[in-house]
Amino acid sequence: MAKVHVTTTINGEPMEFLCEPNDTMLDALRGPLGLTGSKEGCASGDCGACSITLDDRLVCSCLMLAVESEGHEIRTIEGMAQGDRLHPLQQKFLEMAALQCGICTSGMLVASDALLKKNPDPTEEEVRFWLAGNLCRCTGYDKIVRAVMETAAEMRAQ
Amino acid sequence: MTELRYLAPETLDEAVGAFAKAGSAARILAGGTDLLVQMRSGILKPGVIVDIKKIPEMTAIEETADGGFRIGAAVSGMALAEHGKFGKVWPGVLEAVNLIGSKQVQGRASAGGNLCNGSPAGDSVPAMVAAGAIVTIQGPDGRREMKVEDVPAGPGRTHLKPGEILVSFKLPPRPPASSDAYLRMIPRTEMDIAVVGCGVSLTMKDGTVTSARVGLGAVAPTVLLVEDAAKALIGSKLDDAALAKAAAACSAACRPIDDKRGTIAYRTKVAGVLLKRTATIAAQRATQKN
Repeated sequence: MAKVHVTTTINGEPMEFLCEPNDTMLDALRGPLGLTGSKEGCASGDCGACSITLDDRLVCSCLMLAVESEGHEIRTIEGMAQGDRLHPLQQKFLEMAALQCGICTSGMLVASDALLKKNPDPTEEEVRFWLAGNLCRCTGYDKIVRAVMETAAEMRAQ
Repeated sequence: MTELRYLAPETLDEAVGAFAKAGSAARILAGGTDLLVQMRSGILKPGVIVDIKKIPEMTAIEETADGGFRIGAAVSGMALAEHGKFGKVWPGVLEAVNLIGSKQVQGRASAGGNLCNGSPAGDSVPAMVAAGAIVTIQGPDGRREMKVEDVPAGPGRTHLKPGEILVSFKLPPRPPASSDAYLRMIPRTEMDIAVVGCGVSLTMKDGTVTSARVGLGAVAPTVLLVEDAAKALIGSKLDDAALAKAAAACSAACRPIDDKRGTIAYRTKVAGVLLKRTATIAAQRATQKN
């Protein structure tokens, strides 16, 4: 099968890669692009571990073909910290132990970041509904939801 | 390994040409939230994928000159939610579209895909049926229009002809004191497939229903337009007797299956219960606005 050449922007940087036409964006990220922060949990859009943003919109990278990223802007977990400085959500997840095994964490962070950009002052219910597409089998969600609420409060105060 | 070609035409004519030429090996890609899962699981092995999202008409939300809306078939649920006016005029259609999957799925999934996927349980379909949406379809023989309730042919099948592509939904202008609502029954609160879905659209005048449409999902091989339920509502003040009659009409229209999500008896009963609740919400919205 002939490989397809794709030109896109990932975490603000222009990128080019080759992929099969039926590769998902997740395949491309974890394969030729070497960005393994996005995880494959279910590969069917149920678990959210592969969450990224496409033109600032939250999507599952397993439900998108890599070729569809041509000319668009992708953001992944690798673009969240600024060098050594963690994003406030990342810092708060650590402080409040909002992760255990870590497989869901990058998806949780990307999804929470997308929520706070859209709604800096979400209610707990809004956080829980927003994260309904991110499954975590360790924490029972409470610590994650609390960490998102706390981060939102701190970011609003700054 | 199957040879797969990905095409992303920028005009509808190109898309129709490529889709028709590739025949049964071709699949249309809008949001891809069903297609990619089917490909991954091996149910589908398309030879050609025609991505329609580079065609401006497919992703546009427009207010038409008569005061209605035209929604491109590939408009995502999130894009529809972010539109300033659409959700105010058609809150029921919007809440139905926004029940499809997670926020991640909302970022991609479209009402067009939901309809063409042909699931009897597609959430947006009963609401579109209640709204009286008309779809525009383009194929090798040109353009045609179809009532949305005439599109599904059975589970996973539509009445689109070979080579035809769904282009857009046209929602009619709203008279004053009109609104709509959609409710679905699922055993949890998010991320599930409807056991029963019910869409109601109505217009009120001095507390009386002057026009109504009812769509029911997940209770028959296709989503149903339940005209008898609408007739029971029209002319009433949504009193208990009228709601009971409309609920009975919904239950009578059901031809459901028994499966892990619900039994025939349960779906039949819940169809009536949902009609009462949905009609009440639609009426509240219709009267609040004016």
